[in-house]
Amino acid sequence: MRLKRPLIVLICVLLLLGLAFAAVAWQPVIAATEPPEKAAFDKALIANGAQLALIGNCNTCHTNPGSPPYAGGRPLPTPFGTIHSTNVTPDPDTGIGRWSEAAFLRSMHEGVSRDGRHLYPAFPFDHFTKLSTVDVRAIYAFLMTREPVHAQSPSNDLSFPFNVRPLIAVWKLLFFKPGQFQPDTAKDPEWNRGAYLVEGLAHCGACHTPRNALGAEKHNEFLAGGESEGWHAPALNAASPAPVAWTAEQLFTYLRHGFVKPHGVAAGPMQPTPDNLLDVAEQDVKAIAAYVGSILGPATAGRPERPDELITRRQNEHAAPVWEPSSTTGSGGSRPTSDASEIYAGACAQCHEPSGRSFSARGIHLAQSKTVAMPDPRNLIHIILEGIEPPAGAPAALMPGFGAAFTDEQLAALITFVRANFSDQPAWNGVQDQVRKVRHDKNGS
Amino acid sequence: MITLNVNGREHQVDAGRSTPLLYVLRDDLGLNGAKFGCGLGQCGACTVVVDDKPAFSCLAPIGVLQGRRIITLEGLGTIDNPGPLQRAFIDEQAAQCGYCIPGMIMRAHALLLAKASPSASEIRKHMKPNLCRCGTHMRILAAVRRAASATRSAAANTSGEGARR
Repeated sequence: MRLKRPLIVLICVLLLLGLAFAAVAWQPVIAATEPPEKAAFDKALIANGAQLALIGNCNTCHTNPGSPPYAGGRPLPTPFGTIHSTNVTPDPDTGIGRWSEAAFLRSMHEGVSRDGRHLYPAFPFDHFTKLSTVDVRAIYAFLMTREPVHAQSPSNDLSFPFNVRPLIAVWKLLFFKPGQFQPDTAKDPEWNRGAYLVEGLAHCGACHTPRNALGAEKHNEFLAGGESEGWHAPALNAASPAPVAWTAEQLFTYLRHGFVKPHGVAAGPMQPTPDNLLDVAEQDVKAIAAYVGSILGPATAGRPERPDELITRRQNEHAAPVWEPSSTTGSGGSRPTSDASEIYAGACAQCHEPSGRSFSARGIHLAQSKTVAMPDPRNLIHIILEGIEPPAGAPAALMPGFGAAFTDEQLAALITFVRANFSDQPAWNGVQDQVRKVRHDKNGS
Repeated sequence: MITLNVNGREHQVDAGRSTPLLYVLRDDLGLNGAKFGCGLGQCGACTVVVDDKPAFSCLAPIGVLQGRRIITLEGLGTIDNPGPLQRAFIDEQAAQCGYCIPGMIMRAHALLLAKASPSASEIRKHMKPNLCRCGTHMRILAAVRRAASATRSAAANTSGEGARR
């Protein structure tokens, strides 16, 4: 008898909580519309939308390699399982052909699909919420005038409870604040344009900002370094691992062409960005470079602007061996006997040492490499295993992959050698395990 | 002294451990199939197969290759008795100056070891690291396709199931 009242209270509380959750989680369906005529869209709006879609890298996530553009189906690995991108061609049945402009606007600003379902934040609506309505309309015009492709994207492969879509509403309550970009009146128009693009459309923070255990970006650590698809995305603030300071001009060249001396080549998940930005209006890329430059900060004593100082210092500290054809036979003579220095001499020095073979485009000196200085060895492991094919049109050499030539132990020894000889940073831990993991993930994917 | 396993035979080599395999193959072992094109891993003329995977021998220091299985062009057949891939290249007349060809054949050999029936686009993608300056590409691709289908029909015949397409 005495249990009855607390039980009733408990049931009422649970009911109220359930109602509150439903109120938060439920979103109305926006009525389907007939796919609009392509001719109905203003040409200038479509052209603007095309530019914005390049800055936003929409094609990268929403295209499965080998499949038609924007037809979705690309698997995106996350810590919670694999999500597949959706078809955003104007196909009426499997794409967004029946989405009104209002439905598209809601998806970009609030992360809600036309049918009222919440979208996973792997779709970075937490960035796209900053877009102006005009820009979203332009992207809508662009997408609705693409070639419709009938392709149902595969269902996601997420573990419980992440596969319970309504729970995203809780995530949003905790971590998502919708709202358009507000310019900083104290800064110049170029900086504000850059801020608008970086914080919104280009969603740089989606990779370059660390995330918490529930996958939300840590806003007080903006651009402090994150990861994407098994690669480390380096810090773009004062914690940047680059041994040489970035100038705004270098950033512009890197973002546009995917390669700049002395910093090197864009690799891994970063590579689609310069591929797209090559076709974007110069002043927008300049604006992005100016804004990122302001976050990186100026050159310091520890991070000089002139790479030569760094190379000279390194060469005075460690004589890096270079194999030359005129070398005598016999086992190495007076050279250091560690396996790793011999690997470096025979495999790396030809391209990466100034005294190696000269040719028109070569590898950067490793003392300048941010990859060697990163807190995380994975990028270097990827690069040595797989090589780098430079971005389209970049004036950079191809780096061959060495996955076939080296075993895991040899690779680990080489990486440890390179880290010790070409950076001041502390040694990486568990390199051989990480090599094995990267190789396995690469083969398994 | 370093022991290298090349084409199934053990060789004792007296060269520095940082010496790239290409120079040892040519200068110490007299195996001149692999060619020097750039010495930088940019052209593929030096391609050999290490543990069934293609590798640039100009950038593979012999110090890492002890205990590994190295196959060169000479290991695929002889002038009098060419292997199936070499046979396909001869039948397609896939050579002009011929300088890129040993590298092309070794790269293709690694592909066919991994995948008996590659598609045309898979062949192109796999052969990408190897350059040809004479413009023999179409014949080279035809030769690889020819070798792949010859291997397929040979396998079908030996399995007794007849030619099954």
